[in-house]
Amino acid sequence: MSQSHQTDICIIGAGPVGLFAVFEAGLLKMRCHIVDALPQIGGQLTEIYPKKPIYDIPGFPQINAHELVDNLRAQIEPFKPQFTLGEKVVALEKEENGSFVIITSDDTRIHCKAVAIAAGLGCFEPRKPEMENLEKFEGKGVVYMVRDPEQFRDKDLVIAGGGDSALDWSIHLSQLAKSVTLIHRNESFRGAPDSADKVAALAQERKIILILNSTLIAAQGNGVLKSVTYRDKAKQLIDVGADYLIPLFGLSPRLGPIADWGLALDKNAIQVNTTDYSTTVPGIFAIGDINTYPGKLKLILSGFHEAALMAQGAFRFVHPAQKISFKYTTVNGIPSF
Amino acid sequence: MITFQVEDIYGRISPVEVPDGIQLSLMEVLKASDYPIEATCGGIALCATCHVRVNSDTERLNKPTATELDMIDTLPNAHDNSRLACQIPISPRLEGAVFSLRIG
Repeated sequence: MSQSHQTDICIIGAGPVGLFAVFEAGLLKMRCHIVDALPQIGGQLTEIYPKKPIYDIPGFPQINAHELVDNLRAQIEPFKPQFTLGEKVVALEKEENGSFVIITSDDTRIHCKAVAIAAGLGCFEPRKPEMENLEKFEGKGVVYMVRDPEQFRDKDLVIAGGGDSALDWSIHLSQLAKSVTLIHRNESFRGAPDSADKVAALAQERKIILILNSTLIAAQGNGVLKSVTYRDKAKQLIDVGADYLIPLFGLSPRLGPIADWGLALDKNAIQVNTTDYSTTVPGIFAIGDINTYPGKLKLILSGFHEAALMAQGAFRFVHPAQKISFKYTTVNGIPSF
Repeated sequence: MITFQVEDIYGRISPVEVPDGIQLSLMEVLKASDYPIEATCGGIALCATCHVRVNSDTERLNKPTATELDMIDTLPNAHDNSRLACQIPISPRLEGAVFSLRIG
């Protein structure tokens, strides 16, 4: 069931910069709701290098990434942030009263007065091979992820790729599909030798049709996918019948739907005004690795600074008639909610 | 000075000179030299947007790590001479090397 939330600032991205933005907004008595596609907070720190030490956080000669996330969680606790985790942001809508609604993949709606994009590298989306008609057949035979293997029972499948997931899914799906054709661009597989050996054995048994040194050229069909054309080593074009084409070329970070929000971009990064890290759309701010400006450094500490100025900018946007009274935490402590 | 050659996406080959002892990766040098390298992930072999081909003796370069090979293996346009520029530190080993941004 879809949920609805109200907040002052909706922060997209629960990495260190998004988390710290809650603190800076909280000092100005603004509430925050954080959304992240990942099921846990911390962004890259938790997902990619939780055990790695970071050496350039001021005041910490060395701190492990996951410890920094734990500390940030404790630091923002007084401001009672709300979280929507494990859901992708799919759309942003503007309401008549000037506020925004952020809509997620599970149709959670976060009504907010300002938006802070702290999405780091963006969200990870399947990497697509260059071939004709690929997008035309997305959802009509072209799938980039295997969610329910049963979907492929007794079907003709073409799997493309040379990494572990292409090998592993070829092995697994060869047990239930009518046919599995694995197309790989190179002569051999460099990944997990076990899986490569298994694929070779299944190819011997004719349970997998292994096509090496070949590239995908086109998807063909009439409304739904019927066949896949590839070019073999001898440069011949060959058609293979297919109910499904499963290109497995890993995931690549992309801006995703944020790219369609009318924000000025520069090479996959959002352009901001460094006065308050506002984007070209009033009320939408961008902080951390996802933004760009002259002299930009992709550092956590730079993101923290950006979060502080963003909070001031968001306050001025939300409360144009009010003056900001800047207070040191040493004077007043933390005004928790 | 270390000098190597870079072929851009149009096939034009130009020399790139880098001071010896500079603590940068090939990705950082290519980016700073205004080649169209996105390097979205900043150099941790995660996005493969610094994919280059080595059109010279690959043996002379540092060996790719398992992480780099895993990433290259997933790419739809990987070749036997594919590398991620972020995983190639600038060193005298690069003298005379030829890198291509024409991935094909």
